[in-house]
Amino acid sequence: MRRELSRRDFLKASGALVVSFSATSTFAPLAAAQGPFDTHASHVDPLKLDSWLAVASDGTVTAYTGKCDLGQGMQTVQTQLVAEELCVSLGWVKLIQCDTSVTPDQGTTSGSQSTPTNFNARNLAQAAATAREALIGMAAETLGVPIDQLAAKDGIISSKGGSRLSYGELIGGKQFNLPVNPAAKRRSPREWTVLGQPVPSMDRVALVTGTFEFVHNVHVPGMVHGRVVRPPQAGATVANVDERSVERVPGLIKVVVRKNFVGVVAEKQWQAAQAAKQLKVEWKPGPVLPPQADFYSFIRKQPSRDFMLVDSKDVDAKLKSAARVVKAVYSYPYQAHGSIGSSCAVADVRADRATIWSPTQSVYPTQHGISMLTGLPLESVRVIFVRGSGCYGLNAADTVSYDAALLSQAAGKPVRVQLTRHDEFISENYGSACVIEQQVGVDASGSITAWDCTSWSVSLGGRPGYETPGNVITGMLAGFEPETITPRTAVEPSGELRNGSNAVPSYVAGCVSGKCGGGGSVRSERVLTRAVKSPFFTGPLRSPLRLQNTFAHECFMDEIGARVKADPVAYRLKHLSDPRLMDVVKAAAKTANWDARPSPKRGNRRTGVAKGRGVACVAYEGDNGYAALVAEVEVDQATGRVKPTRFVVALDCGPISNPDGLRNQAEGGILQGMSRALGEEITWDDHQVTSIDWRTYHSLPLGIEPPLIESVLIDRPDAKATGAGETAITLAAAAIGNAIFDATGARIRQVPFTTERVKAALSAHGAPKSRSAQTLQTIASLTKPSSLE
Amino acid sequence: MPAIPLKVNGNGHTVDVDPATPLLYVLSDELQLRGPKFGCGLAQCGACTVIVQGRAVRSCVMPVSAVTGREVTTLEGIGTAEKPHLIQEAFIDEGASQCGFCLSGVILTAKALLDENPRASEEQIRQAMSGVLCRCFTHARMVRAIRLYQSRRA
Repeated sequence: MRRELSRRDFLKASGALVVSFSATSTFAPLAAAQGPFDTHASHVDPLKLDSWLAVASDGTVTAYTGKCDLGQGMQTVQTQLVAEELCVSLGWVKLIQCDTSVTPDQGTTSGSQSTPTNFNARNLAQAAATAREALIGMAAETLGVPIDQLAAKDGIISSKGGSRLSYGELIGGKQFNLPVNPAAKRRSPREWTVLGQPVPSMDRVALVTGTFEFVHNVHVPGMVHGRVVRPPQAGATVANVDERSVERVPGLIKVVVRKNFVGVVAEKQWQAAQAAKQLKVEWKPGPVLPPQADFYSFIRKQPSRDFMLVDSKDVDAKLKSAARVVKAVYSYPYQAHGSIGSSCAVADVRADRATIWSPTQSVYPTQHGISMLTGLPLESVRVIFVRGSGCYGLNAADTVSYDAALLSQAAGKPVRVQLTRHDEFISENYGSACVIEQQVGVDASGSITAWDCTSWSVSLGGRPGYETPGNVITGMLAGFEPETITPRTAVEPSGELRNGSNAVPSYVAGCVSGKCGGGGSVRSERVLTRAVKSPFFTGPLRSPLRLQNTFAHECFMDEIGARVKADPVAYRLKHLSDPRLMDVVKAAAKTANWDARPSPKRGNRRTGVAKGRGVACVAYEGDNGYAALVAEVEVDQATGRVKPTRFVVALDCGPISNPDGLRNQAEGGILQGMSRALGEEITWDDHQVTSIDWRTYHSLPLGIEPPLIESVLIDRPDAKATGAGETAITLAAAAIGNAIFDATGARIRQVPFTTERVKAALSAHGAPKSRSAQTLQTIASLTKPSSLE
Repeated sequence: MPAIPLKVNGNGHTVDVDPATPLLYVLSDELQLRGPKFGCGLAQCGACTVIVQGRAVRSCVMPVSAVTGREVTTLEGIGTAEKPHLIQEAFIDEGASQCGFCLSGVILTAKALLDENPRASEEQIRQAMSGVLCRCFTHARMVRAIRLYQSRRA
């Protein structure tokens, strides 16, 4: 059973209760009179040291973070961080994650930003460093010893003369009452004893023995069960709800209708499931969906919101004067987050306050959304993060939190909502479908002289943020509008290069306002992005757009290299200038024993199983992590089955906080990327999504023969810390696609590489050159495609 | 509603629920066990797996009435943090988890297979695991952990 704990309770538990607190110990009502720690949002002031840390009289440390562990290891590595900076052992630190009543507002745990946010020059790391310096300062005063004669270790400050004071003796039970000092000296990675170690993830024993508390396991007193009834079609609206259709369902408490939001509440989960199934709802159909078969052409005909990211203004001229021009078009489907557990949340909405136990990545934005949905004042809504199953981005975690809040408010009881698998597949915000058109000019020596790229992505809704609950399905059904695309022609790029979506290929100079922030040497460059309205909700899915764009750039780079008969690794290095990106490419190639030669591999037969290797690399978001991946695959040319057999990944994320956690993320990322590359695709018919379970949405099961994965970690103690959870996955589709080409000479420009698509590409490759199927993949080059002759 | 007797992880219970209630809901709601989890409700992913008399079954589609009088074991029933089962120990040693939501399916499916057939071939293990999903794709470590368990239990 859970009970509400206030920050005050936490501080009390950690021994750092401050005497100035009022006598009121409960969370609500949240009046200003309750003092700084119970007045909510503003009370957790990130500029104050006490917002981040408390030291108890026994010397144990409670730390507060706004970045949560979604299964990616953030709890372990942030605990290491606090222990390292405070010079205490790991077991002394208790980390409290993401609770609007007790942790600072750090927005959303997303975008590979947790490490940059909390490990560089601000926030959690800086607070811990500030605390260490403050404790040493206090010891200096107490002992009458100069600071430089003191050292902190294991929670004890000792002088060279042998005096000792523990942290508990110095501060235990009291607040620091200090600002976070931006100049506090961080411990150098060269001195690290806790960070940098392969500390096993701290949750693993509880997970493996089945005692870990997921949000699915939250029970609160008086809790009942809710289910939602989603529109069967995108855009359908409620015409009528026949409550009598469920009046005989035992345990039914309430049928809830709010605009187009429909749900049921019952005493038990099974009863709620029965009621949701039996409730008769008449829906007014939504618009007919664009046919999936033509969707990629459809996208390109829609009005778009355009951004010109770079434009050197000489691209057309350079293309005209090029010795040859190479063109290709890539397409990428909608994909699901497809969390293994359908999303779940528990809400207790009362007349004057609400508490939500939520798997959201964004407790504060979700607090705002629930305030808007329930009409309760912001400060009366508390959102407590409890881990759900891995989300990989905006799965249905936020929307199910809204579901629970709406049902609890209507039922007047705490309600737990469990989505069904079907609900999950039609409720989440899919990763965006994309079409990416590429063309380059190549000179007589085979160097790229101009790069021209236009990428289309689709968008509807997204993260709700603080103000847009309509960005996920429940908010929209309850009457809030989603953000959509307002068409706009591109304006000239200005300021700095914006490459957060990796729309700009690594190989161009990336010059904006005279400053070149790109990773490569091609100076004639034009990159246009065009966002169009999506028929389905979309949102960030692990490596959002960066994966889609990188698939297109890295496959295309391979195509160009093949056209000029260059080795794919050497050809990349020739056009790169970013030393960190070049280093990961070299490291991956070296460890993989890269067979340096042009692709495709000569001498491979056109029948049976063909083997090949491919490479891809990325500077994630331009500068937030570097990775290169070599894939080795076997292609069964009779069945079209692609079997990756080996991956070698090289990673550079600055100073490595936890090499084991990094490897785990890289291994999982590569295989998740492989599953997305080989089988995952949202499908639909005229009215509805048809990929609604694990028979219709294809995730690689544990029964596959896992490929060998080797990770090469490049530690850079003097660099800034970058993200690391999304770099490896970004490369899987491209590296596999390039390896298929190497093995067979067939280029597949559309994800996923299903057996049918592979067979079609193989037969197209084998067929005579003038073929209409290749219209979208026009080859305007003067030379014919490389072949196996 | 009839009172249904159950034996779960060695303990006797009586629950008052519709006999058609999926075993999973009884385990997680009535008994508040955390091991078996709702993944799909369709027996397609494995997250709800429990062991019933030596066999791995999907508790999300098994009516509670079907296990009356039979021994049900969940992930928390095979070992504890202090004294993990050999297969749990293998997963801990290999660091074979990310979000960990799938572990009932992964561990109990492998355990049921290897307890029945300790010399299962790699192909037989793959076959058994072919209906189990891990969406964090911790496959490589999990397969290593399963093999480690197989070698340690020998």
